Amino acid sequence: MSTTTTDLQDEIDTLEGSHDDHHHGPEKGLMRWVKTTNHKDIGTLYIWFAFSMLLIGGAMAMVIRAELFMPGIQLVDPQFFNQMTTLHGLIMVFGAIMPAFVGLANWQIPLMIGAKDMALPRMNNWSFWILPFAGMMLISTLFMEGGGPAFGWTFYAPLSTTFAPDSTDFFIFAVHMLGFSSIMGAINVIATIMNMRAPDMKYMDMPLFVWTWLITAFLLIAAMPVLAGAVTMMLTDRNFGTSFFDAAGGGDPVMFQHIFWFFGHPEVYIMILPAFGVVSQIIPTFARKPLFGYSSMVYATASIALLSFVVWAHHMFLTGMPIAGQLYFMYATIMISVPTGVKVFNWVTTMWRGSMTFETPMLWAVAFVILFTIGGFSGLMLGIAPADIQYHDTYFVVAHFHYVLVTGALFSIIAAVFYWLPKWCGNMYNEKLAKIHFWWAVISVNVLFFPQHFLGLAGMPRRIPDYSLQFADFNMISSIGGFAFGASFILLTYIIVDCIRNGKPVKEDRVWDSAKGLEWTVATPAPYHTFDNPPSKKVILEESSHIGEH
Amino acid sequence: MQSREEYYVPSGSYWPIVGSIGMFALLGGFAGSLHGSMAGTVGMILGFGIIIFMVFGWMGQVVHESETGDYNLQVDKSFRMGMAWFIFSEVMFFAAFFGALFYARQLSVPWLGGEGNNAFTNQFLWPEFKSVWPLIQMPDASNFSVPKGIIDAWHLPALNTITLLTSGATLTWAHWALMNKNRNQLIGGLIATIVLGVIFLGLQVSEYMEAYQHLDLKLTSGIYGSTFFMLTGFHGFHVTLGVLMLIVILMRCIRGHFNNERHFGFEAVAWYWHFVDVVWLGLFVVVYWL
Ligand code: HEM
Ligand SMILES: [Cu+2]
Repeated sequence: MSTTTTDLQDEIDTLEGSHDDHHHGPEKGLMRWVKTTNHKDIGTLYIWFAFSMLLIGGAMAMVIRAELFMPGIQLVDPQFFNQMTTLHGLIMVFGAIMPAFVGLANWQIPLMIGAKDMALPRMNNWSFWILPFAGMMLISTLFMEGGGPAFGWTFYAPLSTTFAPDSTDFFIFAVHMLGFSSIMGAINVIATIMNMRAPDMKYMDMPLFVWTWLITAFLLIAAMPVLAGAVTMMLTDRNFGTSFFDAAGGGDPVMFQHIFWFFGHPEVYIMILPAFGVVSQIIPTFARKPLFGYSSMVYATASIALLSFVVWAHHMFLTGMPIAGQLYFMYATIMISVPTGVKVFNWVTTMWRGSMTFETPMLWAVAFVILFTIGGFSGLMLGIAPADIQYHDTYFVVAHFHYVLVTGALFSIIAAVFYWLPKWCGNMYNEKLAKIHFWWAVISVNVLFFPQHFLGLAGMPRRIPDYSLQFADFNMISSIGGFAFGASFILLTYIIVDCIRNGKPVKEDRVWDSAKGLEWTVATPAPYHTFDNPPSKKVILEESSHIGEH
Repeated sequence: MQSREEYYVPSGSYWPIVGSIGMFALLGGFAGSLHGSMAGTVGMILGFGIIIFMVFGWMGQVVHESETGDYNLQVDKSFRMGMAWFIFSEVMFFAAFFGALFYARQLSVPWLGGEGNNAFTNQFLWPEFKSVWPLIQMPDASNFSVPKGIIDAWHLPALNTITLLTSGATLTWAHWALMNKNRNQLIGGLIATIVLGVIFLGLQVSEYMEAYQHLDLKLTSGIYGSTFFMLTGFHGFHVTLGVLMLIVILMRCIRGHFNNERHFGFEAVAWYWHFVDVVWLGLFVVVYWL
């Protein structure tokens, strides 16, 4: 339908001899990717970048699990082990999860709001092209004298100031670059959603993926500069004699934690809100019912975002905070579970009595709902200040955040890729293999992370390469799960490459028969330029009827 | 002007990758030079050059496209939103340093002095230490420079407040002239703003010299010096950027760019200038005065 309009527009431009080369297909050759201002190209770049970082970070996780397979120092020296945990965390957070979501935003937001492209396309290109350089700088620290950063992804002072290797300054600048990229990406998302929406699309017609990204972008712009401030203070404490984090000069190492977590807690929601959006797109499609409680979803997302700025010190219950502070942060933290619960109930209610089918994206989405909820529950346990005295800095925390980040954020990214890949490349993936992969991954990931709850409750500390004998069995199980989960990505890579190269072409514009949304009104595969003319009011209303509140 | 339906998607560009390479060289080089690497210093200078080249090249292209009428109102609005949210991110960057100042004054220094349930902190760490602000006598000054005094808010800083506030007014005057198509006043207002900005920077430099040479108040003067110089330093850096941007805008005005309807570049810089103005007011109150 709008395929024809797009083609028509191209026709007209050719006839009129328009000089606007951007109406036509992509440039040839490698330079296309370097110079591109096209949101689809940039989305693709982001997603492949994130995927390669996922593999690098994953390899580091394999080193960690191999070392922990048995008690005792087995394979690597402890200093290197610490570098692995540190870089694994940093690469996964800043290199894999965040860029993957920005990639999805790039591909999908313009398609979902009927916009021709992102609002600031050249800046969009820059946001991406900073990443490989920042990634290079970060990873290069491993090869420097004194080794890479080994103080954990949270880089607490004074470990990261007084006692850190020289390479830390490279790490600091890598973080600066990553932050700069994220801020520009977020500005672009906001400008795109607010300014490029089809004129007839109201805010409350927007699909939830768009809503969650809009709110995430606010979080990014508010939180990332604070991280930049934190690393800048580290830089001057290390090199120019300031004493922000040095009590001898009147500063305080605990102040580092406050600044870090003021960024850090919103950051975890930056990584989960877009995931909520993805799942809210997928579940209605395969339950063949409108999303239950659309507006409550929007309000829940907004309240989670606001609350996320006032709970940061639940990461610091053991720093000797005044008791009133502990109480406040405990209650505020627990309050977040209310809007989060609203979301989970809405997903479940959407599925209730739906005519459900379980194509691969739906499998991942359902797994998300169940497993993310487990992570939410362990979060609640950690949020209870007196209980956290036992759990803090144990494997229980590791289990918690891997449930929310791996089976939460990462699962939603995989779900999104399976859901939209046919639209992007025009081919269907191999459903049978994809299902095998799903079950392989979902079982192994639980074998990997579930036992870590028990280890943590029994007191096994995190970030230590050796452990006492009573932890041996669960660690071995966890490592076996880890290797299996790691290997599942080989199959995933195969499925995706196979889909792009030899997949069966999809004929329908609406790849999933019951899917709603403007992205399904453009041709399959999505043409290089879409929505030269914004979609009509009628189409918008039809496609947002999944919202269920019109 | 193009209609809304034909949103202008700019052509591909090499500037972003040039910027990334410049940034990589600048920051990587800086990190290297901090550890005595000569190559690092060279890389840093090179990177800085590349970034300057990129900024002028990229902005030049945008100005050219704007002047040849490629942009429509929708593009204009995207630019405005971009600038507004960029300024918001800057606000949050400053907020981190204001937060550090607040934390030190209200919490960490009093705690070191034994306030609240921290009697033992004081006893065991530095029993001699008394919590006062401004913090002249640090808990353990062996690695720090102990200042003889601090900058008096009602001398240079007060003068600077007046300078900067006046510059805000002259800039508004220039804007008003632009809207009323009064070219001479526009250029006059801009020049006045730039001159006031430069005066501000000059006074800041003399204040720093006074601090370093006479007061021994340095970046290394414990948490007071750290927050003082980082906050005022980053602010001064932003004023410098603002002055440079104002100069570019002045050139463009002289060349006859902008009219009363289309002047995003002018307004963006004006917003930026008002933003550094407001940050200064915050600085004046919590860093110098209170
Ligand atoms: C359902 C609401 C949640 C609650 C109540 C909660 C609570 C907590 C608490 C109290 C801690 C600190 C534990 C400790 O160090 O002792 C923690 C750690 C953590 N949480 Fe959550 N959380 C929730 C959801 C999430 C989500 C959605 C994410 C990310 C997507 C997340 C990511 C993390 C991470 C990464 C850490 C560990 C940080 C570190 O390395 O120390 N959490 N959580
Ligand atoms: Cu948190």
